[in-house]
Amino acid sequence: MANDPISQFNIKELIPLEIGATNISFTNSSLFMVATVVVTSAFFMWATSRRGMIPTRAQSFAETTYEFVANMLRDAAGSDGMRFFPLVFSLFLFILVINMFGMFPYFFTVTSHIIITVALALLVFFTVIAYGLYKNGLGFFKLFVPSGVPGFVLPLVVLIEIISFFSRPISHSVRLFANMLAGHITLKVFAGFIVSMGSIGAVGVVGAILPFLMTIGLTALEFLVAFLQAYVFTLLTCMYLNDALHAGDH
Amino acid sequence: MTDKNSNTKAASGKDLDQRLAEMNKRLGRDVQNEEKKANSASDRNGFGNAFKLSSEFISAILVGAILGYGIDWLVGTKPWAMILFLLLGFVAGVLNVLRASGELSGGYDLKASQQNDPEDKT
Repeated sequence: MANDPISQFNIKELIPLEIGATNISFTNSSLFMVATVVVTSAFFMWATSRRGMIPTRAQSFAETTYEFVANMLRDAAGSDGMRFFPLVFSLFLFILVINMFGMFPYFFTVTSHIIITVALALLVFFTVIAYGLYKNGLGFFKLFVPSGVPGFVLPLVVLIEIISFFSRPISHSVRLFANMLAGHITLKVFAGFIVSMGSIGAVGVVGAILPFLMTIGLTALEFLVAFLQAYVFTLLTCMYLNDALHAGDH
Repeated sequence: MTDKNSNTKAASGKDLDQRLAEMNKRLGRDVQNEEKKANSASDRNGFGNAFKLSSEFISAILVGAILGYGIDWLVGTKPWAMILFLLLGFVAGVLNVLRASGELSGGYDLKASQQNDPEDKT
């Protein structure tokens, strides 16, 4: 294992595949995405297989997760937002489990690649546009025309609202990606200090206690960030879906 | 009657502080340290907040610049649309930040909407 903090993000081709000139190899990134989907679905199938009035531990965990996401969606987008529940729930679990997988040593963190987070953010973005146009028709564009703005500044305000709208997928994706990337680099850098200080000698070994404590603290913080970023991503998704649902009625 | 009441109140207020301090001591609670811990938690929260707000701000500027550049490329008015949209991007960034920090929750200022109400067809 290389000692620099960036090499953990290298993509390795596990099963090289090529169709025409396009490289569609099965990489370590794909492996962890598949693992995430398999583990998540397997857990929920297992947890809900023996449904009882008195839930088992697994069933109660599954129900709590369901309630957590359902309440988030209901609060942000109202009860007719529940039609997007499958999307929102899948997004939340996918990101959460990927982030948690990334916390295992030697595991690959899929969300530390911006292409993944951009793809997820654009999925939400286009869902909002497509459903907003389908449900509200041209009324969807009222999203860009806030009510109660005097006529002479309206063109400016509309332009600003449009820019603000298009900036959403960027901030949506960059936030998740940068948090995961920065967190994992910091963790690796501090863990690297332990090794390089320990190789100096007795003084170094004693001094290495400091970065070791720091690494422990950072690991706990990273778990918090891994959960929080999945939560924030889902919450923003709910808020954007709210715009698609209620664009017409200002 | 009232005098006596307020007197006892004041006395009990003084008493309460003393008793609270005594109880904390008995329970071995370190109030000052707890406050410090809460502060460090809010620092971490502040870092997340700073990250959130800056990404909102920068993304709007980027989108403004890209939109402006695209329009320039299409219409052939080299720097002008980009300059205009970059500035609009800054404005949109400020709007994003205000929305993200909850200063402005989507709605616009009440006075303006009341003035325009008759024309408002929404």
